Amino acid sequence: MNVSQLAENFLQALAAGLLTGSIYGLMCVGLSVIFGVMRVINFAHGDFMMLGMYVAFYAFGLLGLQVVFGAGAPYVAALLAAPVVFLAGVLVHRFLVSKVTGIRGSTLAAEGHYAQLILTLGVALVLQNGGLYLFGSAPVSIPTPLASSAWEVGPLHGDLVSVFVNQGQTVAAIIAIAVVAAFVVFMGRSQLGKSLRAAADNPEAATYMGIDVNRAHRLAFGLGVAITAVGGGLLASGTSFQPYVGLEYVIVMYAGVVLGGLGSVSGAFFGGLTIGLVQQMSTLFLPNQLQNTAIFVVFLAIVLLRPQGLFGRAVRRT
Amino acid sequence: MKRQIAIIGAFGLVYALVVAASEHSYYQLILTVVPVWAVMGLSWNLLSGYSGFVSFGHAAFFGLGAYFVALAQIQWGLSPWIGIPCAGVVGGLAGLVVGIPTFRLRGHYFALAMLAYPLALLYVFEWLGYQELALPMQRESPAAYMQFSDHRIYGWLALALMLAAMLLTVWVERSRFGMSLVAIREDEAAAEAAGIRTVGWKLRAITVSGAMAGIAGGFYAVVLLVVTPPAVFGMLVSAQALIVAMFGGVGTVWGAVIGAVVLVPLSEVLHAQLGDKIPGIQGVVYGIAIIAVILLAPEGVFWKVRDLLSRRIKPAPVTREPAGAAEVLPRPARAGGTGRVFEVEGLSKAFGGLQAVRDVSLHVERGEILGIIGPNGAGKTTLFNLLNGFIRPDRGSIRLEGRDVTGWHPYEICAAGVGRTFQVVRPFRRMSVHDNVVVGAYVGGQTGAQAHAVAEAALAHVGLSGESGRPAGQLSNKQLRLLEIARALAGKPRVLLLDETLAGLGATEVEEVIALVRKLAADGTTIVIIEHTMQAMVRLVDRFVVLNEGALLAQGQPAEITRNEAVIDAYLGRRWRTANA
Repeated sequence: MNVSQLAENFLQALAAGLLTGSIYGLMCVGLSVIFGVMRVINFAHGDFMMLGMYVAFYAFGLLGLQVVFGAGAPYVAALLAAPVVFLAGVLVHRFLVSKVTGIRGSTLAAEGHYAQLILTLGVALVLQNGGLYLFGSAPVSIPTPLASSAWEVGPLHGDLVSVFVNQGQTVAAIIAIAVVAAFVVFMGRSQLGKSLRAAADNPEAATYMGIDVNRAHRLAFGLGVAITAVGGGLLASGTSFQPYVGLEYVIVMYAGVVLGGLGSVSGAFFGGLTIGLVQQMSTLFLPNQLQNTAIFVVFLAIVLLRPQGLFGRAVRRT
Repeated sequence: MKRQIAIIGAFGLVYALVVAASEHSYYQLILTVVPVWAVMGLSWNLLSGYSGFVSFGHAAFFGLGAYFVALAQIQWGLSPWIGIPCAGVVGGLAGLVVGIPTFRLRGHYFALAMLAYPLALLYVFEWLGYQELALPMQRESPAAYMQFSDHRIYGWLALALMLAAMLLTVWVERSRFGMSLVAIREDEAAAEAAGIRTVGWKLRAITVSGAMAGIAGGFYAVVLLVVTPPAVFGMLVSAQALIVAMFGGVGTVWGAVIGAVVLVPLSEVLHAQLGDKIPGIQGVVYGIAIIAVILLAPEGVFWKVRDLLSRRIKPAPVTREPAGAAEVLPRPARAGGTGRVFEVEGLSKAFGGLQAVRDVSLHVERGEILGIIGPNGAGKTTLFNLLNGFIRPDRGSIRLEGRDVTGWHPYEICAAGVGRTFQVVRPFRRMSVHDNVVVGAYVGGQTGAQAHAVAEAALAHVGLSGESGRPAGQLSNKQLRLLEIARALAGKPRVLLLDETLAGLGATEVEEVIALVRKLAADGTTIVIIEHTMQAMVRLVDRFVVLNEGALLAQGQPAEITRNEAVIDAYLGRRWRTANA
């Protein structure tokens, strides 16, 4: 392998990493609302993402979006995942998660965390295996012409180095970044966003300020899973998936959120972006099957060495 | 204990008979799998149930055990009779290797990190090309390779493993091992301060737990004859271990067994009946079971039922023999009548920009009662945390009886003769008063009956003998303060650090505790006490050290200190001046 081929491989992985990383970043933003800000451990987060993928899949297949939106149909389908999964998240929070979180949960002290962790593990098992029943075990994906076409960037250096940028992934990454930007503005500026942050930050104090904390937590939980579901929907046109897909992404998302620093929504995006880069870069020197192993190793390294995240301030590891 | 072993034996006998009576090979398989998951649940319980460190990754140990047995038989022709014990060693080593870095984490970080290990291993084994390993059939001497045509034998073998795991659990629970783990679960920092070497016990727990899971995995491979990465490293393996234990109840030998006996057949039968129509029904059953448990009976079925029963039948009060209590607690050795216990030189500690302790030098004389006073935020508790090793100083040194103990761990400092109590009481709430103090008694190297006797003596000393059998969580504030003192005393300290021991007590209670502190001092224990109640302190202490904004403001006799202008300005206030003028 000569130098220019190495350079080409490197640039190719860099481009792929940035594109996948943007979508991972979006998914991490969703989790950061729940885990980073609200400090609720949602083990089922990956499975809500899976739900988003299937919603997008069926919306694409059944609603005839292609007639109206043409090549943009997979992305419209991905956005449609948001309201459906939002509703699912609100219901799960209302009837299950709220019993062990918020003000009620905080009285359980440390046990509150374990209760959340284990309760949402139960939710994850039900979603995964219920998904197996509803959706079947055969891997599916959203067929899109864009996913199989690419722009050629180059030749950059002589005639040898040129990078192919997947068109479908590029559109998905742009949408992901737009959603993240809109959400950051929403959380920072809007009245609702501020009250969500307040309720998440200190439920007790927020109650005294007249905020309906239970409602705020419910909305935040719904928003968190909905945002991640959009990310899932965007991934659904590039990769094939089955009902157990969520598990692989749970680690990806927690790694991103921790890397970005707990409590920082925009940090979570860059955390996810970094994880995407690591995953794609690892293909340069590791076999494809070990991509995820590389992520797990990175995740372990992060929580062990820099639990406050690369971009975050110090937080206690409790 | 004998009664418990008898019950376990009776249960084993009944189970063995049920296995003997089973005819259909399908039921024989279920009867074999139930104990396997019970062992997994007990393995999980040994680590997570007792120590409180929730593991989502027990599949790592299970899978390594399964793959070891399968590969050893395929590659080297090693019989599972030898392979399964070796799988225990593999699982135990894996536990140790995983534990060393991962125990730096707490709470949900620990749980998530544990999840990553089996998932990473899953991909590694797929990449290695072990997508499906089949154990070869042995036509000659099948029994030597644990292959039987009578499938009931697998059931009995599984039962034997489960009984062994149960007996191990009972032994752990009653020993110093189990007590230390529960103390860690209840309050890790307080456990360290009471002299428990927490890292060591946690590593032992995960090693033993990993070994149990490795054995379970190895046996599982023999039963199913086929090993695939998702079947042994998959999420459901870790989840099932956790769920059977939590369903039945953590922290008890019966929890995991109840969980396995109820949930495994239920999910298997549903899978057999509906599996073709509803794939994944097993996962749904486990998911719903754990959701229901968390919402309805978070303590688990065993404890719930026990509570319901004990409410109906008043249990006989637990009484322990206070025999010879007073003699067992020996006076702390007084190495010479005078001398310095603590010598602190230029101690400094900053948290971020906040200089909590600033260049403090002081000493503690042997046998004295030293009062530390100062306004809120003066660095009093930080000073204690430095003295007992909770935090390391940025600069400066601490000498204890001439030895440099700067940077020692809390349990080492405790073992060196320094006991402490906390500003906010930190009892092990769900342990009995007696057991709380037993944990403290382990420091001096006492074991078994001796530790229990020392604990009773310490309780008698502070006047809590009557509460010995109650859970610590039920005590009043004063009793909790006394309990903490007793826990510290059981370690036979030569120095006691008392952090606001009088806080929140009524006037008469204050007098009682002061009388106790005086008695301790008269017995030869050196006492350093932080307190705000000046009236009480002036009468109690021999000498004062005054801190302000982290720095030493003054030290001296009570009479000097209460007239010191700087102290009055910084701490006592104008009113003190006019009232005592």
